[in-house]
Amino acid sequence: MPRIVYVLPDGTRREVDAAAGTSVMKNAVLNDVPGITAECGGSLMCATCHVYVDPADAGRFPPRADDEEEMLEVTEAEVRETSRLSCQLTVDDTLDGITVHVPEEDA
Amino acid sequence: MTRVVVVGAGHGGVATAQALRAAGSTAHVTLVSAEDEPPYERPPLSKDVLLGKASMDSVRLRAAGWYDDNGVDLLLGTRVAAIDREARAVHLDGGAPLPYDALVLATGGRPRPLPCPGSGLAGVCSLLTSEHCRDLRSRLAGARDVVIVGAGFIGLEVASAAVALGLRPVVLELVDRVLARGAAAEVSRAVASYHLSRGVDLRLGTGVRQLLGTEERVTGVVTSTGEVLPADLVLVGVGSSPNDGLAAEAGLHCQDGVVVDAGLRTTDPRISAIGDCARFPLGHGLVRLESVQNAVDQGKHVAARLAGTVRADAPYLAVPWFWSNQGGLRFQAVGVAEGSDHEVVRGDPEAGRFSVFRFRRDRLVCVDSVNDAAGHRTGRRLLANRAHPTLDQVADPSVDLRTVGRAPG
Ligand SMILES: Cc1cc2nc3c(=O)[nH]c(=O)nc-3n(C[C@H](O)[C@H](O)[C@H](O)COP(=O)(O)OP(=O)(O)OC[C@H]3O[C@@H](n4cnc5c(N)ncnc54)[C@H](O)[C@@H]3O)c2cc1C
Ligand code: FES
Repeated sequence: MPRIVYVLPDGTRREVDAAAGTSVMKNAVLNDVPGITAECGGSLMCATCHVYVDPADAGRFPPRADDEEEMLEVTEAEVRETSRLSCQLTVDDTLDGITVHVPEEDA
Repeated sequence: MTRVVVVGAGHGGVATAQALRAAGSTAHVTLVSAEDEPPYERPPLSKDVLLGKASMDSVRLRAAGWYDDNGVDLLLGTRVAAIDREARAVHLDGGAPLPYDALVLATGGRPRPLPCPGSGLAGVCSLLTSEHCRDLRSRLAGARDVVIVGAGFIGLEVASAAVALGLRPVVLELVDRVLARGAAAEVSRAVASYHLSRGVDLRLGTGVRQLLGTEERVTGVVTSTGEVLPADLVLVGVGSSPNDGLAAEAGLHCQDGVVVDAGLRTTDPRISAIGDCARFPLGHGLVRLESVQNAVDQGKHVAARLAGTVRADAPYLAVPWFWSNQGGLRFQAVGVAEGSDHEVVRGDPEAGRFSVFRFRRDRLVCVDSVNDAAGHRTGRRLLANRAHPTLDQVADPSVDLRTVGRAPG
């Protein structure tokens, strides 16, 4: 079971055991990681599942698809090179310990 | 301690409870749900769950333990029967009164039945709840002749699912285009041709006169043109009505929805209404929207007001948006089309990738996109910034709309 580490804006770390084949978004919602609303449930329609992949893990996920690129521009928080929509990030056993940062929530 | 009672644990009700806790509210929160199923997302019911690609457990709004962990009393399988405004309590079906200091109505809507003979036959389905979805899924698995009444979002999503299951559904639509209520005419054309290309038998301008049956089971549909179509499964997707009966019986102002003010309060300031059941001020009039975004953002607004993180008189101002997945087709809309009088297409409708920018009195009010995340993104930016592109700017593909500035005033 791959572990996902969510780092909250205040620095708190939340570790979650994820089932292979599930998304970083889904695991956040089901484990009540704050700041990932995921209103569209993973359909790449809402951009409320924005995270920053830890620089150390950059390159472990396949690159953004075009639609993800466009929808990222809808997010409230600043878009960085490491920005991803977490519903598009599927974990498997090779991604154990992957670390993502949750953006500061918009006021 | 303040007692907040939320009626309905769909997208809006759960978002309210969640936002109250996220704002640090220590109010006593009770979520009352008429459904037995723990709270879940509705959109997958006509998409991945209907196709069996996702389980109900994978579409929960919160983890099972969230309610307990956050001190939210979740009463499943419990219907609120009446509101006693004088006593400030709701009456539960067969239970003790539940007192409140603040009451939030998030009761959603219910599918409209077909107003014709035979609509009560077995095999005539609608789609709102997980129970409906289970029923529809098992019937689709054994169906041969599927007729879908209504080419709205739910009708067309179910048609896509039926096609994916190897069926060739007939879709009947009373007016002369699909998605007539929600989308621009150019979008209707593109969506219709997509479904036709996938083998959907789409009949525009065709209504239903009667449903036929033997031994209480549906066997056919008589259309408004007199044709008899064989049917062992009929899905009715002709819109929904708001669940505003509780509010109306309690003397709150209702008008096809619970009427609320700019802060989402009903005519009783202790009672708010959100989501599909509410009619609220937006743009130039009162509207009722049926979308996840609307239910969630309104829930968040009411929670913020109750938790004191926004002023009591703060208006709800979110720009509405909506999406629909129909097989490989992605539809997204932002803004409110009501009253729009001019449309400009950007992109390539022939290639099935474009957006329609809709104006009302020269002001951009809505953007509908088909397979065009970039167009949707642009529309969201423009509307959120109250930017004011001209018709000419939108019509000129060389203008980068992201650079268009804010409207004066
Ligand atoms: C099949 C389907 C597909 C959809 N797809 C999309 C989509 O792709 N995109 C999108 O944006 N929107 C979609 N929608 C619309 C979206 O799901 C709704 O707009 C949203 O659920 C509204 O949330 P709500 O909280 O207002 O009401 P609901 O989610 O409907 O919840 C209302 C709840 O209140 C309960 N209730 C009612 N009366 C009482 C009572 N007296 N006592 C106790 N409980 C009560 C009901 O049982 C229900 O559980 C879809 C809807 C359906 C049915
Ligand atoms: S959950 Fe909506 S875009 Fe990721």
